Amino acid sequence: MKNKTSTNISSKQKNVLFSKSNYKWSREEESDSFAQKVKLFRQGKLSEDDFRRFRLQHGAYGSRLQMNYSMVRIKIPSGEISPEQLEKIANLSEAFSIGSAHVSTRQNIQLHWVQLEDVSEVMRGLAEVGLTTREACGNTVRNVMCSHFAGVCPEEAFDATAYAKAIARFFIRNPMCQNLPRKFKINFGCCNKHGLVRIADIGLIPVIMDGERGFKIYLGGGLGAASFIGHLLEDFTPENKLLSTSMATIRLFDRHGNRENMARNRMRYLVHEMGWDKFQKMVLKERSIVQMTTAASTAKLFDIGAEETEQLPKTEHTMVKLPILKEQVTTTESPSYERWLHTNVVPQKHWGYFTVFVTLGAGDITANQLRVLAGTIRDFSVESAARNTPQQNLAIRFVKENDLNEFYNRLASVGLANPGALTIASAVGCSGTTSCNLAITNSHRLAKEVQHKFLELGFDTDDDLRDSTIKISGCPNSCGQHEIATIGFFGGASRIGTAMAPTYTMLFGGSAEEQGELGKAIMRVPAKRVIDTICRIVEIYKQEKSNTETLKQWINKIVRGEGTGNMKSIENIKTALTSFTHLPPVEQEPELYRDYGTDIKFNAKTARGECAA
Amino acid sequence: MCRLKVKLEDKNVDDSNNDNLLSIICTIDTLRTLIKKKLVRVVDVRKAEDYQQEHIPTAVSLPLAVLLEKDTPEGVVDILESLGISDKMPTVIYDDTFGALAARVAWTFQYVGHTNTALLEVTFSHWKNLGLETDKNINTFPKTQHSLNINYDIHADAPYVEMVKEQPNKILVDSRERLNFLTEHIPGAKNIPYTMVGSINNSSSILRKPEEIKRFIYNRGITSDSEVITYCGSVGTLSGLTYYALKLAGVKNVKLYSKSFREWKSLGKPKEEFKDANYWDLSAE
Ligand code: SF4
Repeated sequence: MKNKTSTNISSKQKNVLFSKSNYKWSREEESDSFAQKVKLFRQGKLSEDDFRRFRLQHGAYGSRLQMNYSMVRIKIPSGEISPEQLEKIANLSEAFSIGSAHVSTRQNIQLHWVQLEDVSEVMRGLAEVGLTTREACGNTVRNVMCSHFAGVCPEEAFDATAYAKAIARFFIRNPMCQNLPRKFKINFGCCNKHGLVRIADIGLIPVIMDGERGFKIYLGGGLGAASFIGHLLEDFTPENKLLSTSMATIRLFDRHGNRENMARNRMRYLVHEMGWDKFQKMVLKERSIVQMTTAASTAKLFDIGAEETEQLPKTEHTMVKLPILKEQVTTTESPSYERWLHTNVVPQKHWGYFTVFVTLGAGDITANQLRVLAGTIRDFSVESAARNTPQQNLAIRFVKENDLNEFYNRLASVGLANPGALTIASAVGCSGTTSCNLAITNSHRLAKEVQHKFLELGFDTDDDLRDSTIKISGCPNSCGQHEIATIGFFGGASRIGTAMAPTYTMLFGGSAEEQGELGKAIMRVPAKRVIDTICRIVEIYKQEKSNTETLKQWINKIVRGEGTGNMKSIENIKTALTSFTHLPPVEQEPELYRDYGTDIKFNAKTARGECAA
Repeated sequence: MCRLKVKLEDKNVDDSNNDNLLSIICTIDTLRTLIKKKLVRVVDVRKAEDYQQEHIPTAVSLPLAVLLEKDTPEGVVDILESLGISDKMPTVIYDDTFGALAARVAWTFQYVGHTNTALLEVTFSHWKNLGLETDKNINTFPKTQHSLNINYDIHADAPYVEMVKEQPNKILVDSRERLNFLTEHIPGAKNIPYTMVGSINNSSSILRKPEEIKRFIYNRGITSDSEVITYCGSVGTLSGLTYYALKLAGVKNVKLYSKSFREWKSLGKPKEEFKDANYWDLSAE
């Protein structure tokens, strides 16, 4: 067994400190009070509405058409999770859930199909390792995200992790945000490529200006039935205005947000309706009020220093794809290991250290896999933690070059060494009809099918496809983040005669990068034809592309109407695909009228949503 | 009422008591003492080949499959006699399947009247990992007499289970894992998966602590005065473990539907199914 001490770090970087976060997000008493409330609700002493509000505030959603079961959403602030916490989640998933846990697109980990009466026990178990479900759902500040590259990204100005956690600590259980018009999302990035900063209510990119730390802050972005890209508040927000800017924004939303119309009450609608200029002025004005009126004792609650880690000196490294490793690392003995290195491992800014990605299928991982992974992290990651990624994978950082092979073997022993994590093969899929009340289609299974097929076809080894993404939602609500995918899909139903078929609306050209755009809807595709359609798009691309152009670049060009050859515009590609996307009558192709994972006729059933986003 | 002569409060065998009455769970220490004093029959219910490799000292072999072949009260009494187990002989049972196979055998012994039966607190693997002694002898003991004294109170059959629906004071518990339960189950059953009461990953004991189990079942509306009937998918192993978990938590009246859901289905009895969600697709198995 390796011991993880600073001696693991090369002499050049001896001064690096990995201060371990041991912040306790949980409160034991919340588990007891949850158990109490469930009893009162069952006895009819608590109204359904009051109970629902309480339940959501404590991170439990109703499961699909079965309100006796819950989806328990565990918040992982900044995405950083320890081996002990992973093991606890493994045990809880076996005892109270389905024996697998699910990594969401917002750095939560979800346990599905938990009996409502057992939720308090899950909470109690989580509290033993400091984790909480508090405010993982409901109209409040949701899990605060942070790029999984924060701290290791060669392009970042500084590590935003401590700031993300400080913001999360400040707002959790804060009376200021217990009853917002709607949920509120805060995302920290590392550089302008990684992190979902432009699709959050508040998105922040760390920058240094004249030696001073600060952020570029984007406001009013978000995905959903109607999506918007966030607006830049000002060129530079110094770090000492981070808290006041966040507070000001939340206060404005609380005061002016729409509480009447559920469908239009995210802050992005407020910004849209009011106009950005006006909203921007109001935020800046509110911020000065906040700065003048916030008590020093309050401001003290925002404590970045508590968990700050020291920075390593920047090296020559840039994040390029492997293999760029030294000879001894890339052996030719095992092609599958080499393929994995190529698609799942990236060098860090710290010389000799790598970030390893664990490929999951639509974010699912079994209890046993979690346990083996926890042990592997303990043995090989110098920071002894994992970060969950919005691509529904797990990133393990600070793995030494010489340990990569053994790391791979350990993962392979429990089926966790699939390649493709950083490629088009790692399709994202929300929970869809596996558990969500609002779902129309089984987006979850479709994402797994896409991954399976693409790995079989070797798409992950094709560098032309590498930077493209596939993301799938089971309804227009965007939990699968289909609007920031190169090729995105959201589920719906199409009627031909009296028969209903599961179909997806396909979108092109989305991206969450700082300069990114939201995807444009192209056409509807029968669920069972989605994979063929993507494969056909890849074929056309291969015929049409100009030399070094990647699939992503080629698609973006077409969306902008700047395509060349036979594929100049969206119209051209639509025409080329109609034979795949055409939906014949049910008698001709009954298979197209059944969704994945079921042999019964498709029927779009939904129930009242609790905003599973 | 339950006629089990187990002493819930006392974990150790009281030497002054000639009966050497065991509790539900027999600790490692107690078993080792009893083995030394030659006061116990240890029953290994793993496969015959595993037993032949090595086993706990003095243990006899009774693979679960062998018991199931002779699973009538008379057949079981025959087995007890051939293993040299007389009416009062303390009997401790172990397996290597987180206690589920041992539980089914223990329940069967108690059903035919061998009340002084306990489950070893750990599995064989755990025993080995602790570096405790094993032996390789094929142990046999002279045939004894054993009386047949069926304890009908701990058994349920299909007609009994069918009546439960109309009786709110009786609770039917399905011990299978959640996804199997959601797929289909006996109407009205509550799902308490064996993984919830067993401690398959904390191998220091095959069952969770009684306080914990008590809290879990209290949340589910089960108290020590409830009548609970447990069942699982095939032959009553997982539900056997749940049976003992509930006993350990102090539920006085527990019954095992030993023929379980397999029989229920073969009899064409009604099932509850949940088809509105594709929950199987959430599993990473
Ligand atoms: S609301 Fe829609 S997008 Fe969100 S999880 Fe449910 S099906 Fe997926």
